[in-house]
Amino acid sequence: MRERLLTGNFHLPQSHTLRVYRETGGYAGLEKAFALPPAAITEEVKKSNLRGLGGAGFPTGIKWGFIPKGHQGPIYLVINADEGEPGTFKDRYLLEKDPHSLIEGMIISAYAIGAHVAFIYVRGEYVRPWRILRQAVEEAYAAGFLGRNILGSGFDLDVVIHRGAGAYICGEETGLISSLEGKKGWPKLKPPFPAVRGAFGAPTIVNNVETICHVPHIMRRGAEWFAGLGTNTQGGTRMYSVSGHVVRPGVYELPVSVTLRTLIYEHAGGLPNGRGLKAVVPGGSSAAILRAGEIDVTMDVDGLKNAGTMAGSAGVIVMDDTVSIPEALMVVARFYAHESCGQCTPCRESTGWIFKMAKRIVEGKGRKEDLDTILDVARRGAGTTICAFYDGAVGPYISYIEKFREEFEALIPRA
Amino acid sequence: MSVAGAGTAELTPEQLAEVRRLQGLYPDKRAALLPVLQLAQDACGYISLETEAYVARLFDLSPAHVHEVVTFYTLFFREPKGRHVISVCHNLTCHLLGAEDAIAHLKARLGVEVGGTTKDGRVTLLSVECLCACEMAPMMQVDDRYEGPLTPETIDRILEGLQ
Repeated sequence: MRERLLTGNFHLPQSHTLRVYRETGGYAGLEKAFALPPAAITEEVKKSNLRGLGGAGFPTGIKWGFIPKGHQGPIYLVINADEGEPGTFKDRYLLEKDPHSLIEGMIISAYAIGAHVAFIYVRGEYVRPWRILRQAVEEAYAAGFLGRNILGSGFDLDVVIHRGAGAYICGEETGLISSLEGKKGWPKLKPPFPAVRGAFGAPTIVNNVETICHVPHIMRRGAEWFAGLGTNTQGGTRMYSVSGHVVRPGVYELPVSVTLRTLIYEHAGGLPNGRGLKAVVPGGSSAAILRAGEIDVTMDVDGLKNAGTMAGSAGVIVMDDTVSIPEALMVVARFYAHESCGQCTPCRESTGWIFKMAKRIVEGKGRKEDLDTILDVARRGAGTTICAFYDGAVGPYISYIEKFREEFEALIPRA
Repeated sequence: MSVAGAGTAELTPEQLAEVRRLQGLYPDKRAALLPVLQLAQDACGYISLETEAYVARLFDLSPAHVHEVVTFYTLFFREPKGRHVISVCHNLTCHLLGAEDAIAHLKARLGVEVGGTTKDGRVTLLSVECLCACEMAPMMQVDDRYEGPLTPETIDRILEGLQ
């Protein structure tokens, strides 16, 4: 049977309310969690092979374990609801349709790491999700799931919802922390990692919405069950956002062992109008592009890594055989040029220049050395910046040109 | 908010109480800068240099710090905007499914370029990066809500509803 952990309630009317959440077993994971010592929960999460579902795919339990042992003073949990990776829309569904699973996951996670304040950073454009989430937080306070002495456990947790103001870089965890502190969203040099020195100088765990929504299910049904749903290195299911040239765009929750072909053709209904497949971006716009012949890969973190791309945020963008790849690169390059925060020179300069070169190629004004210049600039800058933003931009720059070079060359006038 | 001059902000006692509440939510009150700027913008329509200086005083911050923050984020407006703001996504999925046609249709119907505001002050038209609603591509944000998939017909219907 197909397991739906995160999306199982989506079809229910009023799925966003505390009443429906409780009727379907909600907050049972929390009661189990309070019966355990905090360290045992982190161990469960480690055993579950839950990996971060925001983009980086880092093992969640290991991240929690980086908080210095015996730390005195505040520790913060921060939920990254600054969904922004092009092609991704799963967290919006979770916030609107099942906000209590996020709240329950937050309480358990905060208890595990010893946090008594949790911040939820919601992207500013998400007005409806924010309103629904705010209502859910109020309901949880009124029912005693948030605030002082939750369920008589002696554990206290306050939740603050913080709205962003429009900047992709604030989805990067240290950029998010800067923004949460009331500054522009400039990422910070690591180390120190946020788990050691994060928001307001205190140990901070930043986790994606979907990651935390999994935690109650791990508590309810056990780490082994969760791990068994996935591959050897990644447990559970995840929500794939599928868009572009497919018959049924939408969110599909599937085990991470699903193949890209099955996702596109069985779940999303294949391509419309009898068109052929040209290319797929499998993990948000920062993931390297795959050709039509490269889609027999599993959609887990390691499966896509071995295929030379990445699972990223699981945003799958499907392109049919009418798509101009140079034009697609221009659109993607415009995004990175616009969203570079400007802090590191290689990123600030390269994203701007590469957009200009991609644009002139599309306009038929490219020069024959442009393609190699883009590849050279992309390769030199990778790994030289404070955060992974530029590395994310390099994924499409290099892969679009290497895999579809003849299409770019056809647009460049022969001197 | 009483408006002493165009774009000049001075908050009401109720709004100042809300500022203090927001500042009290964080271990460092400066963390409330984004929500307070949002509050000031909601009250005043946009954030002028005078508003930046006023907000800076509420936080014991320099006007330069506030200016740096305001100019970093796309949702802060530094000039008066229309009564409604339309932001069309031009990122990859929307591009594949016709964002450029949608933008061309909006430009023609509104008689403005992207970045412009209609003469009657009704609508400001913007094109923006991914709003993370690719399942309804091509799509746009109209004030607080998401609309899509866009066709000339759906766009016309939406525009009719904006006064």
